[in-house]
Amino acid sequence: MQVNAATAEKPELKPKEREELETVTIRFCGDSGDGMQLTGMEFTRASAIAGNDLQTFPDYPAEIRAPAGTLPGVSGFQIQFSHWPVYTPGDQPDVLVAMNPAALKTNLSDLPLGGMLVLNTGAFTEPNLAKAGYKSNPLSDGSLSKYRLHAVDISKLTALALEGTGLSTKEVARAKNMFALGLMLWMYNRPTEPTFRFLRTKFASKADIAAGNEKALKAGYNYGETTEVFAHTYEVKQAAITPGRYRNVSGNEALAMGFIAATKLSGLRGFLGSYPITPASDILHELSRHKNFDFATFQAEDEIAAVNSAIGAAFGGCLGITSSSGPGVALKQEAIGLAVMTELPVIVCNIQRGGPSTGLPTKTEQADLLQALYGRNGECPVPVIAASSPSDCFEVALEAARIAIRYMTPVFLLSDGYIANGQEPWRIPDVQSLKPIPVHFRTDPSNYFVYDRDPTSLARAWVKPGTPGLEHRIGGLEKDFLTGAVSYDPANHEKMVRIRAEKVARVAQDYPPLKVNGDPDGGEVLVVGWGSTFGAITQAVSQLRGKGRSVSSVHLRYLNPLHRDLGAVLKRFKKVVVPELNLGQLVKILRATYLVDAQGINKVQGKPFKVSELVARISEFH
Amino acid sequence: MDTVADKKPQLTRKDFQSDQEVRWCPGCGDYSILAQVQKVMPELNIPRENVVFVSGIGCSSRFPYYMNTYGFHSIHGRAPAIATGLKTTRPDLQVWVVTGDGDALSIGGNHFIHTLRKNVDVKILLFNNRIYGLTKGQYSPTSELGKKAKSTPYGSIDAPFNPLHLGLGAGASFVARSIDVEPQHLQMVIHRMAQHKGSAFVEIFQNCNVFNDGAFFDVTDKPVKDDMQLRLEHGKPLIFGKAKNKGIRLNGFKMETVTLGQNGITEKDILVWDEKAEPSLAFLLAELTPPDFPAPIGVFRAVDRPVHHELELSQRTAVKKMRGEGDLEKLLNSGDTWQVT
Repeated sequence: MQVNAATAEKPELKPKEREELETVTIRFCGDSGDGMQLTGMEFTRASAIAGNDLQTFPDYPAEIRAPAGTLPGVSGFQIQFSHWPVYTPGDQPDVLVAMNPAALKTNLSDLPLGGMLVLNTGAFTEPNLAKAGYKSNPLSDGSLSKYRLHAVDISKLTALALEGTGLSTKEVARAKNMFALGLMLWMYNRPTEPTFRFLRTKFASKADIAAGNEKALKAGYNYGETTEVFAHTYEVKQAAITPGRYRNVSGNEALAMGFIAATKLSGLRGFLGSYPITPASDILHELSRHKNFDFATFQAEDEIAAVNSAIGAAFGGCLGITSSSGPGVALKQEAIGLAVMTELPVIVCNIQRGGPSTGLPTKTEQADLLQALYGRNGECPVPVIAASSPSDCFEVALEAARIAIRYMTPVFLLSDGYIANGQEPWRIPDVQSLKPIPVHFRTDPSNYFVYDRDPTSLARAWVKPGTPGLEHRIGGLEKDFLTGAVSYDPANHEKMVRIRAEKVARVAQDYPPLKVNGDPDGGEVLVVGWGSTFGAITQAVSQLRGKGRSVSSVHLRYLNPLHRDLGAVLKRFKKVVVPELNLGQLVKILRATYLVDAQGINKVQGKPFKVSELVARISEFH
Repeated sequence: MDTVADKKPQLTRKDFQSDQEVRWCPGCGDYSILAQVQKVMPELNIPRENVVFVSGIGCSSRFPYYMNTYGFHSIHGRAPAIATGLKTTRPDLQVWVVTGDGDALSIGGNHFIHTLRKNVDVKILLFNNRIYGLTKGQYSPTSELGKKAKSTPYGSIDAPFNPLHLGLGAGASFVARSIDVEPQHLQMVIHRMAQHKGSAFVEIFQNCNVFNDGAFFDVTDKPVKDDMQLRLEHGKPLIFGKAKNKGIRLNGFKMETVTLGQNGITEKDILVWDEKAEPSLAFLLAELTPPDFPAPIGVFRAVDRPVHHELELSQRTAVKKMRGEGDLEKLLNSGDTWQVT
């Protein structure tokens, strides 16, 4: 066997100690130009392939590119990976990788004492320290003594590794995130090959850059292995995961794939009318890539045109979809009322963000529930469903399509910035196992009336323009309950208002049974959640139950109409607690609907709940 | 090959009348426009079920209820957006938008210009009566400066829009003007719109005899109309007047009225109308207004430009050719995947 020269020359290394850990949370942070999102995503990919369960949370600034080195320019990415099931990206990092002083300044308070801190000392220059507001250098003033500090001059080491590659100074500087990634991949014993593959694809036309990045990554990996700085590597064993084929997915990606799947399962053509808005734009981006699925995407002139174009497409016999966030949804509400009145299937996605007004565009919040339920003029009921995790978005997209088509109604689909951008491994469903979505277009012209209804669903018939003998007119004016002619008759109006309400109420007849996590027969505390708080609530409840507390939870996918069993379930518990990232919206609905003394746990900081925070606050009730 | 459509009996005007009672004010100009549209429809030889009328809010927007075709009476200003979603996904349909000066140029101004810009294949009939009728008499974006109306008891201080300028400025591939009380002319324009590929927009002078009676009498009244209407015909000189002795001449960047036979003016001096010319010429022409000039009516601009739904289709076809028909299984399994056993 030929001896590899490089291996032969390597000094004899003492194998490093490998410590076994169950769960680790790492946060990568740096300047928005430092490529921290990419670093985080690649670490995620490697961890998924290593067989861990995981969740991620990117946290990036609203500014496109704040001045380099400043506090507002800091971008972060957190991942929790584990041998056990993971429901959140982790409360606080065990390891903080900070690429510059500003990143250290804004993130250090989240690192528990004794936590591991990896710093790029090369960025701790006088000007950068000043920009971050440091009066003295934390590397030398002793302020970091309570952390396990690894000071590594990543900038310089990357530059040395890339000497002679012909890359420009700028290109070399950009590769330092790969050095940091390589070091972390080594430390947690993750594969490097997936990232190499990614780099070769991403820089397919720039082979020198791909090679440079690869080299920087290898340098980081080897640095961990060869230097004395790091005594340990860590092992997080594979999680016991349901067998199957997996991939990582973000909420917005899963929604887009869900909508494409819905068109395949229904045989309808899909149409997305959308206007760019954070954090919903990725749905538009993703669907725009898949024109080979006959999916039409239309970047409209404004939010109003976006929803109206979707309504026009639905009138024409397509699955009409519009995607936005709170401020955009506010603009769409009049048109959603039109879709209620004309009874057309349209899906309205609200990827919620911090409000009111422009609010916190890149941060998460759940404060648009009441907007979805009640934000329109008149008695204007709309089914509302919410996704609980990134991968749940796929299921919820299919469910929204099912409800919209079966009940001929607009449907609100709520997600938020947290799950829209967060990633988790997703067991890819077998396409054959997905339930078809039945669609019926009426073509029989005999005895046709616009508002003749199906006796079970109360839906009117969907008629495609182009069908002979069924020419008809619909519109926003109140119509006769049968013929669809304009009607100002008082009794007819009340009849129509009540029929529309009853139709939406009947959506609940198709729900699967409500699942109580914990004690289905009742107990002390029931935690009721909806949307992206699912992970934190589930983990908090499981911790409390582990301590012997009588705490259970239910998670509501369906927010309107509510589950028919919900009232009975609530009454089986002494206390009902409702954690929400708002000032108490679902809790109002539950109190009003069921006359229960439900209490809220509320937070509006643009950040998700921490598990520890929920454990503490739920404990106050029991 | 015989098609089903060939065997169908020829449709008549009556086939396009719905069972709904028409409820505009007696004497409203809308009646005539409805009648002309219903007259032209059967002549287009398009099956009735393939025609859709979409409208917004306003007096004119009741129009779809009176047409026995598919119809959608939507919300204020949004008809072009609804029509865009419909036409993009259903290019087999002929889609008409019925709107007014408030609906299209005020609350719906954005959708109006963007639909024209994108050359979405919809036909926009804009009934311009220079007043809000349905809300009972407020000034509109086409009301003249100083207009006294319910919301402007001391006169409007807002300069009006010229709808043709807006259409031309938005890059519309077809821009025309006609008049409610000129049935033949209006029918001709509707025919031209139906034949045009891409966005087609017509401003129709329409008299609101209740809230703004006589807004266009200086153009439409019998005694003055020959002298105050300039009929545009492609390839023909811009001659008008009872005696056909007046014409429009281009003098530098200005249009001017000249009289044939005076000061040595002959037909050769008169501008020959070209609806495919640079839009700036149509823009200049659209500036002509009474009392100094006759109001031009007819087709200001008709050019071929790539049509929105055709571009969409060719792009989709190209993507399919490049990537193959969409395969859901492949899509879900794209990117890095791994097997857990």
